[in-house]
Amino acid sequence: MTESTASPSAATGSTATSSANSSASSSAESRAASAPLLTAGRIAFLAFLALALVAPLFLYPVFLVKVLCFALFACAFNLLVGYVGLLSFGHAMFFGGASYFCGHMLKVWGWPPELAIPAAALAAGAMGLVVGALAIRRQGIYFAMVTLALAQMFYFFALQAPFTGGEDGIQAIPRTPILGVIETANDTTLYYVVLAIFTAGFLLIYRTIHSPFGQVLKAIRENEPRAISLGYAVDRYKLLAFTLSATLAGLAGATKALAFQLASLTDVAWQMSGEVVLMTLVGGMGTVFGPVVGAAVIVTMQNYLAGFGEWVLVTQGVIFVVVVLLFRRGIVGEAMAFAERRRRRREDADAAAAGEPEPAATH
Amino acid sequence: MGDDVILETRGLTKEFKGFAAVSGVDLKVRRGAIHALIGPNGAGKTTCFNLITKFLEPTRGTILFDGRDITRTKPADVAQMGMVRSFQISATFGHLTLLENVRVALQRKLGTSFHFWRSERSLSALHERAEALLADVGLAEYRDLTANELPYGRKRALEIATTLALDPEMLLLDEPTSGMGREDIGRTAALIRRVAKDRTVLMVEHNLSVVADLSDTITVLARGEILAEGPYETVSTDPRVVEAYMGTGAGTGAGTDAAAHADA
Repeated sequence: MTESTASPSAATGSTATSSANSSASSSAESRAASAPLLTAGRIAFLAFLALALVAPLFLYPVFLVKVLCFALFACAFNLLVGYVGLLSFGHAMFFGGASYFCGHMLKVWGWPPELAIPAAALAAGAMGLVVGALAIRRQGIYFAMVTLALAQMFYFFALQAPFTGGEDGIQAIPRTPILGVIETANDTTLYYVVLAIFTAGFLLIYRTIHSPFGQVLKAIRENEPRAISLGYAVDRYKLLAFTLSATLAGLAGATKALAFQLASLTDVAWQMSGEVVLMTLVGGMGTVFGPVVGAAVIVTMQNYLAGFGEWVLVTQGVIFVVVVLLFRRGIVGEAMAFAERRRRRREDADAAAAGEPEPAATH
Repeated sequence: MGDDVILETRGLTKEFKGFAAVSGVDLKVRRGAIHALIGPNGAGKTTCFNLITKFLEPTRGTILFDGRDITRTKPADVAQMGMVRSFQISATFGHLTLLENVRVALQRKLGTSFHFWRSERSLSALHERAEALLADVGLAEYRDLTANELPYGRKRALEIATTLALDPEMLLLDEPTSGMGREDIGRTAALIRRVAKDRTVLMVEHNLSVVADLSDTITVLARGEILAEGPYETVSTDPRVVEAYMGTGAGTGAGTDAAAHADA
């Protein structure tokens, strides 16, 4: 007893950990909205962009393209789960669906990518509008079940429909030039195109989170009955968020179809819906950069451990369990909470140094 | 009697699988009054409250607000008409700052709440008003804390500030002092009295000294029906009311409170 009261900094440190479990990750986040930390977020983004611009000098561009596609997918998913509190377990249908749409437009209809990619994303958004309208009538686990059920329906549709290529998928999608001049056939050029698409999607998500609309979303996440009692028709907000998320997931899927010249059943299967949950959790749900980090970690593992066969899945499973048990805020969430704790401890120390008597400080 | 009634229920009934939690309640709330709904545990107060605020659908009966039938109106629309509720467990947005909590209530009027492409900075025009509302309930200095960091009593104050941001014509308070210490109860009661100056308040409340102190009219519910109605003096001496409170073991705390008050 005396031990713990004797050293106030250690005591606050440990209690902060337990109480912060629920509050710190998002409280740090909402503080980021006020002036000083906003610039910290911007610095992080600019640093990321600088790294991304030089990355092809060190890493294989096609690998980076894969990371970016999944990062955008995870960010889109996070918009829903992290900021509205809606866990969709069927996001593969938008991601994979858009890759089919895009593949068909590029290969069969011969559309240029600058038309096919946005069109496929919008088509995924339209799917999101319909699926969302059905799913948001239910809450919690039932919401997840409805999205899963509809995604499975879409999977079997993709398996049977004549234009999806069934088990083979749509193969050899042409990497045609954008606007007739940007040669996507070149891997490095393709990488920069994908980086531009990712950045646009990421900034749109960032803006959405920090918009008047985003404020209402967070209010719904925090306390839905209260948001209703303040006069917000929450279903309409959820539906718009769901549609936006589906559109952006579609943007990621369409980009992937162009980059890898393939649209296949893998991208609409339920495992893909699970993978995006994993990426978001590992990186940090409800943080802006978390899904990017999570996607990078998972894709890297899949790539470099591919030689070990099934062990990739075992490793993924272990990571998932460890994150859920020990690092519930994910990599970015934990890092932010750590920074926040340090900042507070420093403030406390400053307050103590300023001459406030600390009665319990005996050693 | 009903010269200026803002809220009226006619034959309000709610049945759960054959059990009538509320049956045939005719309630009239006068404009500008503080009206309390009391009764022993299980009397149907909370059900009644949830029916009026539209969080439950009534089995039978009608609800009129300002002369308009709101029986089938959605809860969010009722709030937009000017009738706003609070919750038993203080309802704040835990991970948002105090300023953001109040601002969320204010921003609906701007009509930009679906604008996902607009910067959050467009909301800073509301900060002055939000700060004034926080100052009103004594929370101005905590504006950048998150709601989760506040002690319980102050969360209630924040909830009231958020509710007042809507400038509602009628407030529905669900046990505004539940779970509070003596000091917080006093502060909250004073706050309710202050905000009720130009508004109508309907509240469900357990603490009878608060009820006695604040209310113009009291409706006593027992077993889903209205048992008695009137000012505190009339209601507290009504033998049926005393029996309803003493007759159920669960109501002892409130019962002794009432007795103590009757002595004074």
